[in-house]
Amino acid sequence: MRTLPRSASASLALLAVFAVSCGSSDSGSPSTGSTGASGTVTVFAAASLTAAFTEIGEAFAVEYPDADVTFNFAASSELAAQIGEGAPADVFASADLDNMTKLTDAGATSTDPVVFAGNELQIIVAPGNPLGIAGVADLADADLIVVTCAPEVPCGTYAAQVFEDAGVAVTPKSLEENVKAVVTKVTLGEADAGIVYRTDVLAAGDAAAGVEIPDDLDVLAEYPIAVTELAPNAAGARVFIDFVLGATGQRILASYGFLAP
Amino acid sequence: MTLSAQVALQLGTLDLQAELAVRPGELLALLGPNGAGKSTLLRCLAGLTPLAAGLVALDDTVLDDPATGTFVEPEDRPISVVFQDYLLFEHMSVLENVAFGLRARRAPKADARRIAREWLERVGLGDYADQRPRALSGGQSQRAALARALATSPRLLLLDEPLAALDAATRSSVRRDLRRHLATFDGMRILVTHDPVDAYALADRVAILEGGRIVQTGTLAEVTAHPRSRYVADLVGVNLVAGVVAGGVLTTDSRAQVVIADAPAGPSYAIVRPHSIALVRDATAVSSARNTWRGTIVDIDRLGDRVRVSIDGELALIAEITVAALDALQLRPGDDIHATVKATDIEVYPA
Amino acid sequence: MTGGRRRRRRVSLPIPVLVLAGVAVAFFALPLVGLLWRAPWSSAWGYLTDDDALTALRLSMICSLWATALSVLFGVPLAWLLAKVDFPGRGVVRALCTLSLVLPPVVGGVALFFALGRRGLVGQYLDRWFDITLPFTTAGVVVAQTFVAMPFLVITVEASLRQLDTRFDDASRTLGASRWYTFRRVTLPAIRPALAAGAVLAWARALGEFGATITFAGNFPGTTQTMPLAVYLALETNPEQAIVLALALILISFAVLVGLRDRWFGRAPRANAVAA
Repeated sequence: MRTLPRSASASLALLAVFAVSCGSSDSGSPSTGSTGASGTVTVFAAASLTAAFTEIGEAFAVEYPDADVTFNFAASSELAAQIGEGAPADVFASADLDNMTKLTDAGATSTDPVVFAGNELQIIVAPGNPLGIAGVADLADADLIVVTCAPEVPCGTYAAQVFEDAGVAVTPKSLEENVKAVVTKVTLGEADAGIVYRTDVLAAGDAAAGVEIPDDLDVLAEYPIAVTELAPNAAGARVFIDFVLGATGQRILASYGFLAP
Repeated sequence: MTLSAQVALQLGTLDLQAELAVRPGELLALLGPNGAGKSTLLRCLAGLTPLAAGLVALDDTVLDDPATGTFVEPEDRPISVVFQDYLLFEHMSVLENVAFGLRARRAPKADARRIAREWLERVGLGDYADQRPRALSGGQSQRAALARALATSPRLLLLDEPLAALDAATRSSVRRDLRRHLATFDGMRILVTHDPVDAYALADRVAILEGGRIVQTGTLAEVTAHPRSRYVADLVGVNLVAGVVAGGVLTTDSRAQVVIADAPAGPSYAIVRPHSIALVRDATAVSSARNTWRGTIVDIDRLGDRVRVSIDGELALIAEITVAALDALQLRPGDDIHATVKATDIEVYPA
Repeated sequence: MTGGRRRRRRVSLPIPVLVLAGVAVAFFALPLVGLLWRAPWSSAWGYLTDDDALTALRLSMICSLWATALSVLFGVPLAWLLAKVDFPGRGVVRALCTLSLVLPPVVGGVALFFALGRRGLVGQYLDRWFDITLPFTTAGVVVAQTFVAMPFLVITVEASLRQLDTRFDDASRTLGASRWYTFRRVTLPAIRPALAAGAVLAWARALGEFGATITFAGNFPGTTQTMPLAVYLALETNPEQAIVLALALILISFAVLVGLRDRWFGRAPRANAVAA
């Protein structure tokens, strides 16, 4: 289980959270006592979580009929900026540690961030991998149209790191502003290969195929979650985070290709 | 050099069926009320509106013949137009406006400007060559438009109401200028106007267009002496009665009878001059040598010491009487009245 | 400021109109004031003269001017067709040609892929026969910008052509000018103010274009990263720089719009020019 470097008590918090969530599911009556959630919980979540969190939200609503989850999916950096400007979010789930750190440093979170999922990179290629791309080294071919994320967004930083670690000089044709744009370029056939998260390859289904990046080169992306400082529904926020970390949440995340934290 | 045109065209409510011929060097005025189709006829000649049927030919050159599919584009006709509000191009200087036609016909720029300048001098606008058209007065604009139209040496010049855009104060002096400038052009000219004064001052011959038909052509004197349409009769200020003469009596379509002095039998027009009509309340005292028609006064219009009385009845007439007569009779609109006129005062001519 | 053109007439204005207009002005001015307020003035010059920023700015200027030129070249004939030629389905064609006004630009970018991309309807032949690929190239940026910018020009010019007195065309024809000569020497000069206004609008739209560009042409410094893309990406990591770059973009457009206003839109209206 990974924790944020600067949050020393995260492990403890996480343990506590885990115990609570186990307890609630053991009891079979989730709406009783202090663990019950009611009202609307507003979750600001990274765009890459869209499908998984939507399903988690539905499961959450089943478990806590009095509660209602609304999501705002966007780039983590945008969400961090929105929360920084006072957006009424209860929960912030980021796709990277940096954007979460920005908020914790500014005192905009009220709980210590916990990592709830991990993700790793893959090379996304056309279905059936017609060009026979076998690994990172093949991407150096100047005839290939390779796209990655821009260095300003996490998936771009990670991609650059992979190229550097592999000692391969890759010149992308485009530095996309988000990972979905990389997927689109490949699924539309405009690009031959791209660096994306494995969850994205999975989500693309038949429209694309993934080529594994060896573990020694791959970068592990970590997804932290926290309650915001100005959360209108802080109690509900905590219950939601517990739910994400709980068995149901983790099972759903895994089904979308996320790694356990 | 002659122009001959038979124009047939339906445009909205206008049904144009007009035949027209212009002789070499002649200025024909096309006179008619608003909506008669004058401007449309002009557009047909210029090629701006294609004919539905008919023929337009200049000498031996057919310009428009729907039957054979012949159509010469406006820019390829040796015809220039002076439009009603002149339509000078505002983004060009006056000189460039006049040179436009030559430039469009690929004359070298220097030649075009030289010729244009000569034309401007000729119409007295040499000082305005570099001005924008908006700096010109109405009369000056008209001269510039005339210079622009003539600079291309057309064989036929069409003028569409060239004086209508001017106020009354300047119209007569501009008309005088126009007459002078038009006299220097020896090609054919057609002038469209609704003002008989223009026709009188400028034209050799007039053609009266009414309701899309040419109803009368001739010199202005001929036309006004024997009106053949209500429009011309109104222009001249006489009552026109159309009918058939038989045995000294002209009978109208509505079976009104006009006793006349003497005229050959057959379809004819009779002119009843307003001042020859007398109005009486009691018709019994009228001699048999007089016509007497019953009617109702619809309007009384005082013009100085004369009074024009509009009467509707067996015949629609305008009578002109003195103020003294009006006072004596104490006429009011709605009064029943008898209009009488001597048979010898009525002029009759064959239709 | 010469001549009597700037002479002002005192008119009494209805108060509610003034108030609402004032709100509208504030609505547009306040976000700009917000940017100015948050701008890091001490480091602004450094951000502006940053190589990447200058590269993006230069690319933006080049591409937007190309897009404007293409919009004029194709947009004016299109506007003329829509305004002057009564053909069946004209309404449909007009709607088609202004569709990109309402289309979310990102969708526009994807649609451009389908048309001009490597696998697109036409793009595959461009690729196969002429070895031309538009995505991820500067030409692709120009195409994306033209796609979203041209309707502004078409709408402006078409409206102006419709109001034009066609009798001037008639006059030109009777003077011996062909349709083409008439179009060039009479029609075009007459619609010049609208053409200028439309071109400026199209240019401004092209300059600010983001969604279609980043989708269709991608984002690579020096090739396809225009100023708005640079601003957007800077927001991710360095909001201060993003504000400075955005302000630079705004100031450039503002200067051009204000500068051109006088020259093109400040002309005396025609009604004043008609001689009595």
